[in-house]
Amino acid sequence: MDWAVIQQSLPEFAKGFQLTLWLSASGIAGALVVGVVVSLLRYFQVPVLGRLSGAYVEVARNTPLLIQLFFLYYAFPVLGLKFSAATCGIIGLVFLGGAYMAEGFTGGFNGVSQTQVESGRALGMNQWQLARYVVLPQGLALSVPALAANVIFLIKETSIFSVIAIPELTNTALDLIGLYYRSNEYLLVLVVAYAIILIPLSLLLTWLERRVRYATFGD
Amino acid sequence: MPHSGINVLFEGHNLVRLLGGLWTTVWIAALALVLGLSLGALLGALRTLKNPVLRLGLRLYLEFFRIVPTVVLLFLAYYLVPELFHVDSLPGSWMAVIAFGLWVAAEFSDIVRGALLSVPVHQRESGLALGMNRWQLFRYVLLPQALKLELPATINLATRVIKTTSLLMLISVMDVINIGQQIIEANNTTYRTGVFWVYGVIFIFYFVVDYPLSRWAQRLAAQQKV
Repeated sequence: MDWAVIQQSLPEFAKGFQLTLWLSASGIAGALVVGVVVSLLRYFQVPVLGRLSGAYVEVARNTPLLIQLFFLYYAFPVLGLKFSAATCGIIGLVFLGGAYMAEGFTGGFNGVSQTQVESGRALGMNQWQLARYVVLPQGLALSVPALAANVIFLIKETSIFSVIAIPELTNTALDLIGLYYRSNEYLLVLVVAYAIILIPLSLLLTWLERRVRYATFGD
Repeated sequence: MPHSGINVLFEGHNLVRLLGGLWTTVWIAALALVLGLSLGALLGALRTLKNPVLRLGLRLYLEFFRIVPTVVLLFLAYYLVPELFHVDSLPGSWMAVIAFGLWVAAEFSDIVRGALLSVPVHQRESGLALGMNRWQLFRYVLLPQALKLELPATINLATRVIKTTSLLMLISVMDVINIGQQIIEANNTTYRTGVFWVYGVIFIFYFVVDYPLSRWAQRLAAQQKV
């Protein structure tokens, strides 16, 4: 283990670190938006769109991110749709993550007791009011544990971006290994870099899970 | 359509080669699961014991595999296994089996521990009241009930392993994706849209394997809630 090698590589890794953070953040934000919309469409069984949402969730969840990225990056340009590697990465993460987040939200929404929804209807609420005032506030709190697990999962999935040459953390390490053959050093930095992101984050999410338990109704 | 991209699949032995790649993918996933589930079951059972050192050690093992992305695990195995064990002719596929197997073991140990702990206390106490020893209690009371409880999570883990095999091409294993890329490159000039069809077929392969499994897991989980 040569510490000088590690020290010299740190500026490169810092760039990769930032990119991993930025791609994860945008991908997760997009995935949360897609997830909430898709799960509401399914929850209220909106005609056509609800079914389409269901199909989307199954397709995205049952295929690997790597193939989804290859499609975006290599196959779509043939059809005239060309995106930069980073854009493909974010689209891919939103596509995959949206489905996982939708499942998380659906789990939470289904946890809201039926009497709550029926009471809302009895008060004359329409679909939108039911979603806004009854299902969302309680369902969101219930879905936090699943969403937290997805956040961690999606950050780890950004390592797959290295296959379409996005210079995030894993790609940076592989490039450096290819150039200088110091696999031990660079792999150590890589593992530590992921630990720096994921350990504090998972502690924070565990705290959040405990915090939102107060928001659940009735038990 | 003489040059429609879909024909790339029927050119020469392309489809057979793709299926051969799929077979590589399947046996690596299967071996990793066998290795991981056996080791994970053992570790999970050990994690229910009260020994603090053992519990901490196994917890750290789990957290390591939770934090490090699978791509990185694969490269760790690829670079470190030959160095640690002084072998340099181990093929990438075996490295992958080791990396995936250890990862599955970590994840499964948590599933097993959760299932063992969620067997109701009165079951355990009834067993003890009948004069069962610890082994009998484990074998006849805890294990059969835990197996049933953990089945949906285990099937979901299997679908994750199958999806993760897509990463094999990163350590140059001749899996279905790697062979797909070769076919695309070899036919690039004659079939410009071939890339779409080859990746399309691989996409469908993965979906066809994983979708029934996840539906099965969903159905089992729904039955258990009732």
